[in-house]
Amino acid sequence: MHPILGNLRRLALYLLAWIPLTVLVSGLLTYTGGMNWVSALTMSVPLCLVYAFDCLGAWYLCKAMPTERSAFVRFLTTHLVAAIVNSAVWVLMAKGLADLLATVSLTFSGLDQQVKHVYPMLFTTGFLLYLLAVALYYVMLSQLQSQQAEQREAKANLLARDSELKALKAQVNPHFLFNSLNSISALTSVDAKRAREMCILLADFLRSTLGLGEKTAIPINEELQLVRAFLAVEKVRFGHRLIVQEYVDPQALEFVVPPLLLQPLVENAVNHGVSNLVEGGWIKLEIKHIGNELSLLVENNFDRESPSRPGTGTGLKNVRQRIEARYGPRATLVLDNAGDIFRVEISLPAEKAAA
Amino acid sequence: MTQKFRAVIVEDEELARGVLRELLAAHAEVEIVGECANGFEAVKHVPELKPDILFLDIQMPKLDGFEVLELLSNKEEMAVIFVTAYNEHALRAFEVHAVDYLLKPFADARFAEALERAKQRVGKKQAAPAAELAAASRPQGQYAERIAVKDGVRVHIIPVAKLEFAEAEDDYVSLASDGKKYLKQGTISNLEASLDPKDFLRIHRSYLVRLECVAKLEPLSKDSHVATLHSGARLPVSKSGYAKLKAVLEPEK
Repeated sequence: MHPILGNLRRLALYLLAWIPLTVLVSGLLTYTGGMNWVSALTMSVPLCLVYAFDCLGAWYLCKAMPTERSAFVRFLTTHLVAAIVNSAVWVLMAKGLADLLATVSLTFSGLDQQVKHVYPMLFTTGFLLYLLAVALYYVMLSQLQSQQAEQREAKANLLARDSELKALKAQVNPHFLFNSLNSISALTSVDAKRAREMCILLADFLRSTLGLGEKTAIPINEELQLVRAFLAVEKVRFGHRLIVQEYVDPQALEFVVPPLLLQPLVENAVNHGVSNLVEGGWIKLEIKHIGNELSLLVENNFDRESPSRPGTGTGLKNVRQRIEARYGPRATLVLDNAGDIFRVEISLPAEKAAA
Repeated sequence: MTQKFRAVIVEDEELARGVLRELLAAHAEVEIVGECANGFEAVKHVPELKPDILFLDIQMPKLDGFEVLELLSNKEEMAVIFVTAYNEHALRAFEVHAVDYLLKPFADARFAEALERAKQRVGKKQAAPAAELAAASRPQGQYAERIAVKDGVRVHIIPVAKLEFAEAEDDYVSLASDGKKYLKQGTISNLEASLDPKDFLRIHRSYLVRLECVAKLEPLSKDSHVATLHSGARLPVSKSGYAKLKAVLEPEK
């Protein structure tokens, strides 16, 4: 969208700005070419009008060559060549117009000779005006960019708050609670000691999720504790059916991540994996520190033929939105569910807690 | 003389089975004749076990509780009590005429109440209409994504995405998928109601076809046509089926 052509008010203002320029060009025509004011104005009005629109075209060139992404030499040559070509064409138009006027009316006899004296002046003026237009467009472009950046930031903030709210709500899946409570109620008469242990595990998990919604980042270690508490509870429920493999790089533990980043993924792994597998299922959790990045991996086996369960996809969507809002393009989340293995791999910039 | 009741527990979690076992121990008139840890086992064993009362979990591996019920041939002979942690299935459970719906975890008194209700139901045959069962086996407002078919003691899961066409055969519907045919109890109209009408079209009283499988449409006689599918199968198209098919395939005319 052209910033001037696309807006009637701006176009009117722009053409208004060309009125003093037209007067200036007329003055220069009388001064350098010795034309009278009638001839000078008859020449300058159509010439400036045409050139005003011609300069509008420079916008597309500027847009195609943003300052921050163009090589300086190429940038300079492109605009200089464009300025030369445009002003040369302008001079040719002046010549054509003068020739035409001279043959059409006696009032303008001699204009075809006079015009020859103004070529250098016209060329210089056209050249400078064109470059002025280019400069103007770059100012507009940078303004537009900063506006867009602000909008993007505002949107990211909004999303972050939104997902925080969702994270708060999603902290504890009620079904996880009901199932755990059912396991406890089952254990009370069979194995009171294990029932008490499970109460403690559940309390540990619930306590560690409290207050997480307000934090923007927690040490990976804390998130890992949360996930371990969650899995410990699920292990009571599923017994030997659930196998957990954990590979944690100790060096990764000092970095921070958004809270409840891994827990929803692990919860998904339980709900769509082991709970649908008669023979039992495994969950692999891997945390690595590579270069400036943290790599988090949650992998589980699942049964493709099992009925889908309620709540599919919301946890994952939530995690994706949150890392997108927080890290933008610096973070990636890759899903892979080839065969009977579901795999989520997140890569984040390794950040330490602000001191 | 007190009546003895036969009960079967279908539940994938060992601990949850334990709760039911323990609570049932207090009711001497009920005998647990079997336990199944998943839907496949249930479909295989429940018909032989002939229970009076069936405790049925909903979220299970392989087949969920509703699918199990749909596949049980002797379902009208038993009183079904659903046992689940999810209250969102309650409505569907009553649509299939379940006796009760126990939300985990439940109190002894609540359990006793459900059991009492089940005992009173035993002997009074009250089958859930097949259409309601089929409809209840998927979440409300959604079309079926998979169809469970029982073949002897084996259960096949046919993804709807792979269903090519269906043909009515007396009390059964034959489903063509991946070059094989599967027989499922039920009517073609019930099947049609469970599938997305954007994908499937009833081209004949006895035929339902996936639209994107139709390759060619040719006249057969004055009033009938024949549709050739990409797989080579040829299906009769009735007069009204032809009109519907034409409206979908050539919408602008």
